[in-house]
Amino acid sequence: MTAHDLKLSRRAALRGMAGLVIGVALPLPALAQSGAARAFQAGSGVAAFVPNAFVRVGVDDTVTVLIKHIEFGQGPFTGLATLVAEEMDADWSKVRAEHAPANAELYKNLAFGAQGTGGSTAIANSYEQMRKAGAAARAMLVQAAAEAWRVPASEITIEQGVLRHPSGKQGRFGEFAQAASRLPVPADPPLKDPSTFRLIGRDHAVARLDSASKSNGTAQFTIDIREPGMLTVLVARPPRFGGKVASFDDKAARAVPGVVDVKQISSGVAIYASGFWPARKGREALRVTWDDTGAERRSSDQLIAEYRALARRPGTVAGAHGDAEAALARAERVIEAEFVFPYLAHAPMEPLDGFLRWDGERAVARFGSQLQTGEHMTIAKILGLTPDKVELETMLAGGSFGRRAQQTMHFAAELAESAKAIGPGRPVKLVWTREDDIRGGYYRSLFVHRFRGGLRDGKITAWSSTSVGQSILKGSLFEAMIKDGIDPTSVEGANELPYAIADFRSDLHTTQVGVPVLWWRSVGHSHTGYAVECFVDELLEATGQDPVAGRLALMSAAPRPARVLRAVAELARRSGPGPVNGRARGVAVVESFGSFIAQIAEVSAARGGEPRVHKVWCAVDCGVAVNPDVIRAQMEGGIGFGLGHALFGDVALDEGRPVPANFDTYRSLRIQEMPEVEVTILPSTEKPTGVGEPGVPPIGPAVANAMARLGLGRPRRLPIVREAV
Amino acid sequence: MANYNVTVNGRVHSVDVEADTPLLWVLRDAIGLTGTKFGCGIAQCGACTVFLDGRPLRSCSLPVSAIGSAQVTTIEGLSGREAEAVQRAWASRDVPQCGYCQSGQVMSAVALLRKTPKPSDRDIDLAMNGNICRCATYVRIRAAIKDAAVTLGG
Repeated sequence: MTAHDLKLSRRAALRGMAGLVIGVALPLPALAQSGAARAFQAGSGVAAFVPNAFVRVGVDDTVTVLIKHIEFGQGPFTGLATLVAEEMDADWSKVRAEHAPANAELYKNLAFGAQGTGGSTAIANSYEQMRKAGAAARAMLVQAAAEAWRVPASEITIEQGVLRHPSGKQGRFGEFAQAASRLPVPADPPLKDPSTFRLIGRDHAVARLDSASKSNGTAQFTIDIREPGMLTVLVARPPRFGGKVASFDDKAARAVPGVVDVKQISSGVAIYASGFWPARKGREALRVTWDDTGAERRSSDQLIAEYRALARRPGTVAGAHGDAEAALARAERVIEAEFVFPYLAHAPMEPLDGFLRWDGERAVARFGSQLQTGEHMTIAKILGLTPDKVELETMLAGGSFGRRAQQTMHFAAELAESAKAIGPGRPVKLVWTREDDIRGGYYRSLFVHRFRGGLRDGKITAWSSTSVGQSILKGSLFEAMIKDGIDPTSVEGANELPYAIADFRSDLHTTQVGVPVLWWRSVGHSHTGYAVECFVDELLEATGQDPVAGRLALMSAAPRPARVLRAVAELARRSGPGPVNGRARGVAVVESFGSFIAQIAEVSAARGGEPRVHKVWCAVDCGVAVNPDVIRAQMEGGIGFGLGHALFGDVALDEGRPVPANFDTYRSLRIQEMPEVEVTILPSTEKPTGVGEPGVPPIGPAVANAMARLGLGRPRRLPIVREAV
Repeated sequence: MANYNVTVNGRVHSVDVEADTPLLWVLRDAIGLTGTKFGCGIAQCGACTVFLDGRPLRSCSLPVSAIGSAQVTTIEGLSGREAEAVQRAWASRDVPQCGYCQSGQVMSAVALLRKTPKPSDRDIDLAMNGNICRCATYVRIRAAIKDAAVTLGG
């Protein structure tokens, strides 16, 4: 496997869904008949012109863009609509976005082959597709106008949704919508030359489409779904991972007013009630005896001790060139560092929830579905229906950070089982509480990385790392993507460096632990980025080199990382006076998901040595910057998310049981801890790459490297503030 | 179950719930006002912030039996110049990402500006630190509050 393959590995992993799921379970003719496929057909509602699966033009000039990616804050509603509006030269005030239905044939992620969102691919895989969808709509509207006006189509221009001819004729989209709908759809409509873009890459050319509804309480999330006769479902799940229901007594639970039923399902015991509160009280009153025979009982400290021992032995090679061991033996000095990363919960503001209505013959599921194809199939299979009898509507979701992209489809399964267990005709809304969320597993894996670096003649001559942790892919639908014993998501960022070091090795021990793990915003880079960027900083310091100049000297073969690093150094210099009065700066640069981000953090020591981060400068190269302000927002948010977890995040296990339960014990970054952030987006003509995740990895090591300059040392065990637990 | 009369956004609602039912679930499940969100259930995250007689309060931790004749205001009933200024600033700064916490953020920001028309950074920290945003939109929340303060002439 080449380094390039590894970098794209998660996409490849997700791509596996296509072969594993669609090919087997979703015959194409079924799609055409599904309710989902009907949803975009012309002739209903205000949509008069539907040139393709992505664009609807109404007689009222409204351009509605169907978004195949879930919107949970990262901005695909605005981003994908921008691509369509650009090619149509639409009036942005008339542009709307809504989620596309679940339909793998029409709405697959081109990077996966199945419908789903992840790996920061939304813009990257849609860039040409959505522009073409807009260009086709434009060509047909122009043709309709040309026929109506009896002029050559080539003489018609469009500006902000108004078609114009030099003769003075003009008209809006809506006027030509009906006529356009009768024209043939062009197979390969011409795309604009990027030099003529009016929206793409133009700062503040578009406002987010979802800001107003998310500021006045009208945005509809899954938890807001209400239907007559709907029951709220909470599930009592085992306190240890791998535990099972031995027996339960539901007498007291059933006595709680509002509780309607109690049923055992695969994941535990489901309580059905008239609302959330009675369901919660019912669950509290339920007595379950758990069978912990097969449960994981180790504590975090025990796992860390085992991982540390493993890290002293060579693992399976994940990347190597030269001979790291020989070079370490020849070195004048060898520096060792061991980094320990805890389990982390994603804790999106809206905990997992879903709605399902089923009459025995057809079903409608509505929730924040992130891997629609797999979830659609899972629900259909459990309910014993063919996929065309199941509609899946994607809802706005209150965050995800990876939590809704489940390699096991466990939430969709629990939702379908909840509905099935109580029988047809009872719509259910399954809700996880915050405690369910934080104690529910699917964490960022606990990891230990041991690094050794060899120094000679003032240079870094050898680099060796051993990584120890659980695999996300193992035992899942995507297991086939593990190649030669390496789960690429375990070592991404560690098995290939932007730094030219002659003798290099990265290896991996994959551990067996009964705690379910999952990709967590920036995946492997969430830990490898910290370890690598702390370690290189430490080696540069040991050889008396400047952290920026020293990195740049190693980056001769890495022009894009070098460019963001130079840019952030320049930005931090320009932005104000240097470190003063007990403040120091630290730097880090990480490539992830094809985007390059460098950050500098200015830090002081608050009480008890707890770092206080005052300001962060951030330089990003994500290829063509489609929506600069969305990119800026993702950098700000990524920095806050990364910082909060580096400082405080820890789901410690005590004899297998998660210790934190809610935001009182799983400390989240709050406004007074958020640094000022200044972002520069580097101009680029490269293909656009993602921004949802890449802002996260550099902030932790940038803070740690600043702490070293304050004399506090680089924390080797996260979280940095450990008394929080 | 017992019957309670709860005044929400100026209207009296008669609800039949258990005495310990938190106001949050009375609003969401009994009355159908879903703008106020559930985030933690233990008054740690602020997603459920409403006004009780004008003061911001976490509705997830206030039992319906304790409300009495107090006036409840939710995001749906928010009005006045501070509310308009805040919501306009929120939209023009594109503050929300996932948006789930933002009803609570807006309620806390409006309460702050009603009391402190020209808040300092420290005032903002104190008023807003009970509202968690996992997307970490805090930079823009701070900026939007300052924009709104300028709009209000504070």
